[in-house]
Amino acid sequence: MTETVGAPSPKAKPDATPDNGHRLDEILERYSPEPSSLISVLEDLQEELRYLPREALERIATTLGVPRNQMYHVATFFKAFSLTPQGRHMVCVCRGTACHVKGADKIMNKVESELNVREGGTTEDGQFTVQSVRCLGCCALAPAVMIDRDVFGQVTPKQLRNILDQYPNGNRND
Amino acid sequence: MAIETIDTPRQLATVRSAARKVLLNGHPRISVGTATCGLATGAQKVLDALYACRAELQLGQSPIPISISETGCNGACFLEPLVDVVLPGQARITYGNVQPEDAAGLIEAACAGTVYGKRIIGRIDKEEFLVEGTSRNYRRGKLADEVKEVPRYAALPFFRDQVHLAMRNCGIIDPTSLDEYIAKGGYAAAAKALTEMTPDQVVDEVTRSGLRGRGGGGFPTGRKWATCRKAPGEPKFVICNADEGDPGAYMDRSVIEGDPHSVIEGMIIGSYAVGAHIGYIYVRQEYPLAVKRIRLALKQAEEAGLLGENIFCSGHSFTIRINRGAGAFVCGESTALMASLEGRVGEPRAKYIHTVEHGLWNMPSCLNNVETWNNVPVVIARGADWYASIGTQGSKGTKVFSLVGKANRVGLVEVPMGITLRQVVEDIGGGVPEGESLKAVQTGGPSGGCIPAELFDTPVDYESLTALGSMMGSGGMIVMDSRTCMVDVARYFLSFLKEESCGKCVPCREGTSRMLQILTRICEGKGRAGDIDLLHDIAQGMIDGSLCALGGSAPNPVLSTLKYFAEEYRAHIEERRCPAKVCRALITYSINPEVCTGCMLCLRACPVKAITGERKKPHIIDKLACTKCGLCADTCRSNAIEVA
Repeated sequence: MTETVGAPSPKAKPDATPDNGHRLDEILERYSPEPSSLISVLEDLQEELRYLPREALERIATTLGVPRNQMYHVATFFKAFSLTPQGRHMVCVCRGTACHVKGADKIMNKVESELNVREGGTTEDGQFTVQSVRCLGCCALAPAVMIDRDVFGQVTPKQLRNILDQYPNGNRND
Repeated sequence: MAIETIDTPRQLATVRSAARKVLLNGHPRISVGTATCGLATGAQKVLDALYACRAELQLGQSPIPISISETGCNGACFLEPLVDVVLPGQARITYGNVQPEDAAGLIEAACAGTVYGKRIIGRIDKEEFLVEGTSRNYRRGKLADEVKEVPRYAALPFFRDQVHLAMRNCGIIDPTSLDEYIAKGGYAAAAKALTEMTPDQVVDEVTRSGLRGRGGGGFPTGRKWATCRKAPGEPKFVICNADEGDPGAYMDRSVIEGDPHSVIEGMIIGSYAVGAHIGYIYVRQEYPLAVKRIRLALKQAEEAGLLGENIFCSGHSFTIRINRGAGAFVCGESTALMASLEGRVGEPRAKYIHTVEHGLWNMPSCLNNVETWNNVPVVIARGADWYASIGTQGSKGTKVFSLVGKANRVGLVEVPMGITLRQVVEDIGGGVPEGESLKAVQTGGPSGGCIPAELFDTPVDYESLTALGSMMGSGGMIVMDSRTCMVDVARYFLSFLKEESCGKCVPCREGTSRMLQILTRICEGKGRAGDIDLLHDIAQGMIDGSLCALGGSAPNPVLSTLKYFAEEYRAHIEERRCPAKVCRALITYSINPEVCTGCMLCLRACPVKAITGERKKPHIIDKLACTKCGLCADTCRSNAIEVA
């Protein structure tokens, strides 16, 4: 998802704790401090914090020796990265070809109406971010939905409430 | 079992015979398919229930000699969750659509050495060692009557025409066990290549086998290796492209999740042939389980000395690193993938300088797809002649297709090249559900095209599919029936390609946008008279001017549907009608008052409250408020909702 660089929306403020810097240190230690580590570091940070905070990006650029423009180019090019905080749970509705012909649109409509949020958005309580994804590789079980790392196959609009209810106010890393 | 280091082919043989004894030790073995497709249908619950049942039975008794393990997917995704039980001295029995409630029965039957009466799919009589060309009968003595009654795989329409080379171990072995891979003959091809063959001989063998790139391009693998071997410059790299971005194709995920060591072994052989010492596996982050499985396999191979310094005492050293893709379809293109490995954005470059000469960090780089690497050990172990005996003149071996969409039996099917589309879609896939008619099959992902049912006698090989305006691509085969709108399908692919175009070159960036705009307008009933000609013009511009294959092949979905389904375009543009009743702007929903029972189900299902009515009285849809989402029609039990 490419989003504009800007201040995170206050409604979806994540659990931004003072030890974010400490977590970043841990991530940076996993890779050698060179430009080619950039994408791996950003991926780990995105997974850990659910977005890429500006301060962290600045430090990564300095540590890896990547020019800032190049870093922002990478951070906004790939769909995996987000510059604004995302919900605790990622709801990815598959829009692969098989899912498309088997009614992915209906699934997306239902997710949007159940969570009262548009595709690409985050619920007001910061619980869920809804995204579409191009193929989860579960084409035989279309339509498919992935929430965090759990894949659900042959989903019907009716089942969605039950599926979403399995993700209460927990942290996605629980 | 602790992994011993394997430093010589002889040690490999020792490990193999020990591991094979464990594999054929005479205890019942239960394995549950826990690839992503299995997990999505509840395989984890089945596995947990099996463990719990075994633990319960063991209480206060001596341990029951039943092994329970995980395995990959054998391709029959429509039967997930799948459970296989090896009954010692009898056969391997496959059960499908297994539920946690079946666990106790399965374990009891396995203990008793008999067949569980429910959910039976079929039986396999032999443990195959494909890379060795041998097999061993499970049967010792007489086959029990109840086992005899289970149909053989060879009698099941889904499996009958399949030949599993790439999927040789998928759904059979435990992908987390190096021992099981070795027991099946794994790493013997690497040992043979590194200790008995020169790099030139390896390249020659691959060339003679006729193996071609399985990722989509179909470039001869041997020729690629030969060029890379001769290219000046050090270090060289080998790269595994596991950025399987084509929507509708998932064989790479399945191979990595079900048989990760086969890819590593192929890469070891390739690195030796081209003279590389560092390899990269670039795998999609949308496949978390595949990332996990390949990481574990790499660790095991390193600990066993199959990766690292002086492999098999041959003097050849090789290590592999893993990089995760960050969600960009264009990174499946080789130059974009290499840019991304270097930590830059995944933008392709012009390829008048080939990546085999100047690739990653400008060094000679040999990039192949997962399925290509996975085929290499088979080629080396069985020899080029054997491999080339399968398939057609120009396309050798087998290809895995993901047969999905509206077919009755969906999953991964591996068939010899040259089989007809009809055999795949109708014989293996079982056609489309009753009442619908088969309309087309889409092959080759967003770069491919739609092939109409009239042309289903075309053989499946690289050249034939290209001649029809489609392509082999990575092997997606999406079956479409009369309820699929071909204009909508073209619009779908263009919306995908517009999103995924990296934006570097104008023909692709602007061409995909404009085409999508036109197709959207046609789907909305606002098509104009010159739109079809305009689509043709833009398509030609993109084919001629795009930098990489993404843009150059992006018009294929449009051109192929225009070619074979022109009347559907005309119905949309001239009559403002969607014959398949898919395009929302061109259809209306209404309730047939004579059929409606007034059950209020649709009323509750409607997300915009466009349906009104009282219990036991016919309901009415407010056509102005209706968003045509179709949820009401899905909910209705009496088929009272009509689409026109």
